[in-house]
Amino acid sequence: MTPFETDEGLSGPVITSEAPVLDWWLLAPFLVVFGAGVLAVLFEAFVPATRRRGLQIATASLALLVTFVLLVLQVGTLPEEGATLVAGVLAVDRTVLFFQGTIAVLALISLVLIAERRDGRDAFAAQAATVPGSEQERAHIMAGSQHTEVYPLVLFAVLGMLMFPAANDFLTMFIALEVMSLPLYLLCGLARRRRLFSQEAAVKYFLLGAFSSAFFLFGIAMVYGYAGSVNFAEVRAAAETGGAPIFEDGNGEPLLLMGIGLVAIGLLFKVGAVPFHNWKPDVYQGAPTPITALMASCTLVAAFGALLRVFFVPFGGSFELWEPMLWTVAVLTMVVAAVVAVTQRDVKRLLAYSSVVHAGFILTAVVAASTDGLAGAMFYLAAYGFTTLGAFAVITLVRTRDGGQELGDIDRWAGLGRRHPGLAGALSLFLLAFAGIPLTSGFIGKFAVFEAAVAAGATPLVIVGVLSSAVTAFFYVRIIVVMFFRDPEEEGPTVVPAGMLTGGVITVGVAATLTLGVFPGPVLDTLLPSNEAGPEPVSVMVDEASLERTAP
Amino acid sequence: MIPWLTIAIALPAVGAVVVWALARAQAPAADTAQRRRSEAATGGGTDTITEVRPAGPAAVGAENAKRAAFVFSLATLAVVAAMALRFDTGAGGLQFEQTHEWIPRFGVHYAVGVDGISLVLILLSAVLVPLVMLAAWREHDDREDGGAGYFALILALQAMMVGVFAAADVFLFYVFFEAMLIPVYFMIGRYGRGEQRAGAAVKFLLYSLAGGLIMLVAVIGVYVVGGTFLWVDLVGPGGALAGIETELAVWLFLGFFIAFAIKAPMWPVHTWLPDAAQASRPGTAVLLVGVLDKVGTYGMLRYCLELFPSAVSAFVWPVVALSLVSIVYGAILAIGQSDMMRLIAYTSVSHFGFITLGIFALTEQAQAGAALYMVNHGFATGALFLVVGFLIARRDSAEIADYGGVQKVAPQLAGVFLVAGLAGLALPGLAPFVSEFLVLVGVYAFNPVAAVVAVVGVVLAALYILWMFQRAMTGPTPEHLSGLKDLNLREKWAAGPLLALLIVFGLYPQPLLDAIDPAVERTVQIGTEDASATDGATAEEGGEG
Repeated sequence: MTPFETDEGLSGPVITSEAPVLDWWLLAPFLVVFGAGVLAVLFEAFVPATRRRGLQIATASLALLVTFVLLVLQVGTLPEEGATLVAGVLAVDRTVLFFQGTIAVLALISLVLIAERRDGRDAFAAQAATVPGSEQERAHIMAGSQHTEVYPLVLFAVLGMLMFPAANDFLTMFIALEVMSLPLYLLCGLARRRRLFSQEAAVKYFLLGAFSSAFFLFGIAMVYGYAGSVNFAEVRAAAETGGAPIFEDGNGEPLLLMGIGLVAIGLLFKVGAVPFHNWKPDVYQGAPTPITALMASCTLVAAFGALLRVFFVPFGGSFELWEPMLWTVAVLTMVVAAVVAVTQRDVKRLLAYSSVVHAGFILTAVVAASTDGLAGAMFYLAAYGFTTLGAFAVITLVRTRDGGQELGDIDRWAGLGRRHPGLAGALSLFLLAFAGIPLTSGFIGKFAVFEAAVAAGATPLVIVGVLSSAVTAFFYVRIIVVMFFRDPEEEGPTVVPAGMLTGGVITVGVAATLTLGVFPGPVLDTLLPSNEAGPEPVSVMVDEASLERTAP
Repeated sequence: MIPWLTIAIALPAVGAVVVWALARAQAPAADTAQRRRSEAATGGGTDTITEVRPAGPAAVGAENAKRAAFVFSLATLAVVAAMALRFDTGAGGLQFEQTHEWIPRFGVHYAVGVDGISLVLILLSAVLVPLVMLAAWREHDDREDGGAGYFALILALQAMMVGVFAAADVFLFYVFFEAMLIPVYFMIGRYGRGEQRAGAAVKFLLYSLAGGLIMLVAVIGVYVVGGTFLWVDLVGPGGALAGIETELAVWLFLGFFIAFAIKAPMWPVHTWLPDAAQASRPGTAVLLVGVLDKVGTYGMLRYCLELFPSAVSAFVWPVVALSLVSIVYGAILAIGQSDMMRLIAYTSVSHFGFITLGIFALTEQAQAGAALYMVNHGFATGALFLVVGFLIARRDSAEIADYGGVQKVAPQLAGVFLVAGLAGLALPGLAPFVSEFLVLVGVYAFNPVAAVVAVVGVVLAALYILWMFQRAMTGPTPEHLSGLKDLNLREKWAAGPLLALLIVFGLYPQPLLDAIDPAVERTVQIGTEDASATDGATAEEGGEG
């Protein structure tokens, strides 16, 4: 008799005969974004080209705004222990709401960058389906046509991002991952200028992303084999009792180990931790800068939200199993990325590596596996998101003199601080925040994650962290040197006027960076969990298979 | 009750913003003018731009901005002086205390308060800033902003200098300690001298930042162990850190110490200072060496010794050895320098060796001497840097070889140079003598051999100062120096007060010592308890608890 035939052994996924109770109120944020995305596709097909763009922008921004308002309202009505939705596939608690709210706000700001036009043209290809350099492409550009599929794509990606940290079982998480990633792959290839470069980035991202998804899926299979369920709470419960009933005396642990490892690969790929970071520089550089901003802020928040949930809820009881792995990955991430970043010349590549280093810092909080660590990571992500959006907004403004495409080569930014002190000053502030200088949000974030790590006994990790911070400071400071301490060159860049949209993004970035740096108290105290709720992070997260009433 | 310290921090901070805004108000005009000029200068490079002096609204705007900055610095000095008069030298502990919650989650407070040592250092910074501004008034006339940005940076730096000495919360101290780097970084990199300034600024920033980040780990450690950042709750026999294990204390001590040693700067982590000083404007160098580096030695006294008394005994001899190396090494290298700014920087390495030696000798005289040394060194080195600045303003060079026989054409300048130099070599009658003497006496009581080695530094000091004076100021006046102008009124006002202070405190150091002594008694108690424990019987662990 094979184990699979026993009654107590593995059973297939339970398909209930009764329809689950749908909590429309808690589902509303997802539905609003999804509905807006579907509408946007219809607009793309049926609305006249002249009115399409305005309508698309209005729809997308309204949807994100409504989503954010709904999320804020939900904080008040949510039960203390959280809730699950749709037969327990999604979980909503305050942690998830924080991630979702952050994603909504950051996505809204990214949308502003995406909507910005220069000389009547978007940052995106006029007609993405045409071959770069072909007659058709030229015809489209001459005709001034502009497809606006970018807006529905962004909405679908945001839907995936909202679901990713809220998933309550592995399959839902996988679906969220794909919903998030597929539009992003496309968005990366939509750049108006240097289209081949952009498409190359998209293909790379797609191939590597598909690869990592496969790892993730394979990991889910292992976990399912071990626990007999894909539900987070049930996996956690199974791990506590040594696996599904078919395993005697815990001999199923290899399955769990493989599962954790493979699932981790999928998630670490999305956050861009070493050694799964290779896509980041290429993709960040090739993608249209507004999309890079979206990925650097929202995707990172969503991916870390999911990673924290996976490691703290289903794998929370298996801390000893994954701690050495994450420890190693965190050290590698902080060291390798910091060292490689020193040699970078292109500002977008440099920020990509910087984002990898930041992922390493946040991983130290994951290794801490405490509620304070969770809170530190949450603060770090929000702070980093605003700062990085501001930084990319500045990058969209610095262009070459001829042709007017973005000028990424840092060495040619000489003297920018003399000619445009406001803009260069804002970028310097963002860079100092990345470097973690006090009175910026970056410092508070760094302090929060490092404090949690030291409190959890991971002091060596923190020492590696501060040393790599010192290395990263070198290349942030170098940009400031080039901008402020060198004389302007004849062939230097031009800076297009910021305009209301991009200027607004930069202003928001500066304001958030300073406010979170000087008065972080309100956010830290009211929005984030603390060890008082329980030292284990799972105590502030939903860890029930289902908290719903079943239909009568 | 008047929040003196908060006013002293806020006033220059507000001033920095006001000055920056005043400078910005004229910036667009200056910006376009600059661009026009740079476009006109096609082949000649950008050097030709600097020949053009700004005229019209930009220059007037810059002048007003600088005047505003000067007024703000004087107002700060007045506030600090008023506070100093109200300081009760009889009372121990912190005075003018204020405590407000800042980041409750991490137990961070905006807590300020001063004891005698921090008070005199705040006074030092408040005195130096207006003088530096006076000296630097015409330095940046060839820039598009006329130096207004530089003055705004000075004010920003002053706010942080007051803050760093006034902080009574470890986190707040760390915030000021790190944030202070940014204005200095721009003062060197953007407004500095020579081609190497960007490199020197980066070197300065990275050294300090690396030290600061290591300190961050220790700061976090203090919080994790002690559960609070408030200095008054952490220190003392009943403090939160009183019962920690010696091994842990040693590690935390080390974390703080590395940062302070880099700041101080102590051999072998001093290499950033000569580069930074050479690339600095003299005014920047005055504040950098005169005040900023004191944060290192001040931190050793206030944080290393007082927070981790049980670890002190493990560090006494290593630090004393490093101090002695600094004293001799700095002095010998100073002799070999051809650039006056570098030379003074190396003399400072030597002098900081005296200060750290005095702190870690753990006798009352030595520590009082060290604390006094911090102030006196600020005045003496400040005066020296300013005089070199006057020379640079005249002939755009700090090379000793470019000068000679200056005293014939500019006797007043040479006179100021001589007095400042003699103060630097601790001539009796001038302020540094008192402090150096106290340190040596105190160190002799601690260990005669160490005192003898330190005296080598005193002898070498005479050599490097007098030899520099001889080469630059005496002898025949070369042709190109014949038209050298003597000090003008502005420069006299910049250097005069420093010379007066050097003489007054040389003859009558009592007011400073009165302020310093109670604070020193506190730290020495910590040190000697522990030192006697190790001297007497090594078996006995540190005597607190």
